[in-house]
Amino acid sequence: MTLDTNHDSAIVVSDLHKYFGDLEVLKGIDFHVNRGEVVCVIGPSGSGKSTLLRCINQLETATAGQVRISGVDVTDPDVDIDGVRRRIGMVFQQFNLFPHLSVLRNLTIAQRRVLGRGRAEAERVARETLSKVGLDDKVDAYPAQLSGGQQQRVAIARALAMGPDLMLFDEPTSALDPELVGDVLAVMRDLARDGMTMMVVTHEMAFARDVADRVVFMDGGVVVEEGTPDEVLGAPEHPRTRDFLFRVLNPTRAHAQPDERAADED
Amino acid sequence: MALSQDRGPDVGGPLRRRSWSPLASMPRTRRTRVVRGIQYAVFVVLLVAVVLTVDWPTIREGYFNLDKARPLFPEVLTTALKNTLIYTAMGFAFGLVLGLVLALMRLSQVAPYRWLANIYIEFFRGIPLLLWLFFLGYGVPTATGRQLPFSPYSAIVLGLGMPAAAYLAETIRAGIQAVPKGQLEAARSLGMSQPRAMVSIVIPQAFRIIIPPLTNELIVLTKDSSLVAILGVTVGTKELTKFGRDELNTLVNATPLVVAGLCYLLITIPLSLLVRRLEARNARAR
Repeated sequence: MTLDTNHDSAIVVSDLHKYFGDLEVLKGIDFHVNRGEVVCVIGPSGSGKSTLLRCINQLETATAGQVRISGVDVTDPDVDIDGVRRRIGMVFQQFNLFPHLSVLRNLTIAQRRVLGRGRAEAERVARETLSKVGLDDKVDAYPAQLSGGQQQRVAIARALAMGPDLMLFDEPTSALDPELVGDVLAVMRDLARDGMTMMVVTHEMAFARDVADRVVFMDGGVVVEEGTPDEVLGAPEHPRTRDFLFRVLNPTRAHAQPDERAADED
Repeated sequence: MALSQDRGPDVGGPLRRRSWSPLASMPRTRRTRVVRGIQYAVFVVLLVAVVLTVDWPTIREGYFNLDKARPLFPEVLTTALKNTLIYTAMGFAFGLVLGLVLALMRLSQVAPYRWLANIYIEFFRGIPLLLWLFFLGYGVPTATGRQLPFSPYSAIVLGLGMPAAAYLAETIRAGIQAVPKGQLEAARSLGMSQPRAMVSIVIPQAFRIIIPPLTNELIVLTKDSSLVAILGVTVGTKELTKFGRDELNTLVNATPLVVAGLCYLLITIPLSLLVRRLEARNARAR
């Protein structure tokens, strides 16, 4: 599978619909991520943002509409989906490290079985990638011996070791203890700085504000609003965006009346 | 009053006084001690009764007779125990491979594979092992006028392995289904094909999950291997039960059966210990 890596658009989603039974989770999504861009998708739970992300690498099959990755239509049933996924790194909320393999083997198994790299090369890449996420001393550990933050950094390294063009993050810090979030976000920040194309579904507003080139707010299966972090997070136009941001940023005052909120924001 | 009724018989005054048992009127700690004392007393009484009533010289002479045990060695170990181990291992290996195939068939998207696996599993779980062994050992030769090739090993392997596959298939299927869905998703996201993800990620974890039930199947199969005694095996292919029974006839003494029984324990008890160690190691790796 040869992807056109010079293509300007890493991801183009057009009129994407997804049903789970009778429930329409995505109601015609148009969405794109340019090469080298960091896009954060925010929104309340059940808004369809994780489903959208999972439709990008076809962990979920869209009911209708199209997803193009570097120009390749991955919704085409005849596409070599394994070939496309090789170029897309995916990081899960629950880490999903392979518990029966050491950290090193977690990073080498797909390199060897999928990319056909030799043992020595796979291990060299694995060690390099692990040192990038600050865990070069954990090569021989098993996932269960690591903290959540360390496991998530290994999971990021596992995806990076495949040399992806694009990284997908599905709420990567939502399952972490608060004090461990920072380490993972720092790794993601470094990645963004190095020019990685990233789509991040997250509740970390500070990360979205600092790192994202663009923020997309989803609610009820549609994209409600999108723009730069300053636009969407700083001066949201849509009332639903404003309500969501108020609730996220002031969790103890979620039931405050609108006039009280105005006072808060001053 | 309503309150004390709600507290139940332990503290409720009226209930306690109405009871006929003297135990019920005791404080709880004392009652526990008395009940336990009674249990020990019953045990000691039974033990003394057994010791006094059993005819020990006959037991020793008939079941634990060293003079009769000595000539059993080394054949009981070098032939009988060895053959029991070989038959069990062959049956288990066959059952494991076929069981894995059946488990994957049961999980298949292709409906006829699922039906076929279901029919196989229901059939072999339903028919008695002894009947199946008779069928292979005597039924097939009678019907076809020929022995199975590689007799008696073919009959032993198919006889033990095919029913074992039915049980193992269900265990393996449960193990595969117990592996979290995220594992397959992570493997597929890394570009692994479905079969590659199953082989490298899901099935190894499934087998770790099912090591305890798998070992139980192995212990059951060790004992079931005694049934191949009916296949009329020759001197060199005798396993423990056949060996014990033949020596029982020769020596007119039950000691060979006791020795054979101890040999089975020689296999099964280390297996149980091994499982415990593997489980402890898995607990650390999880």
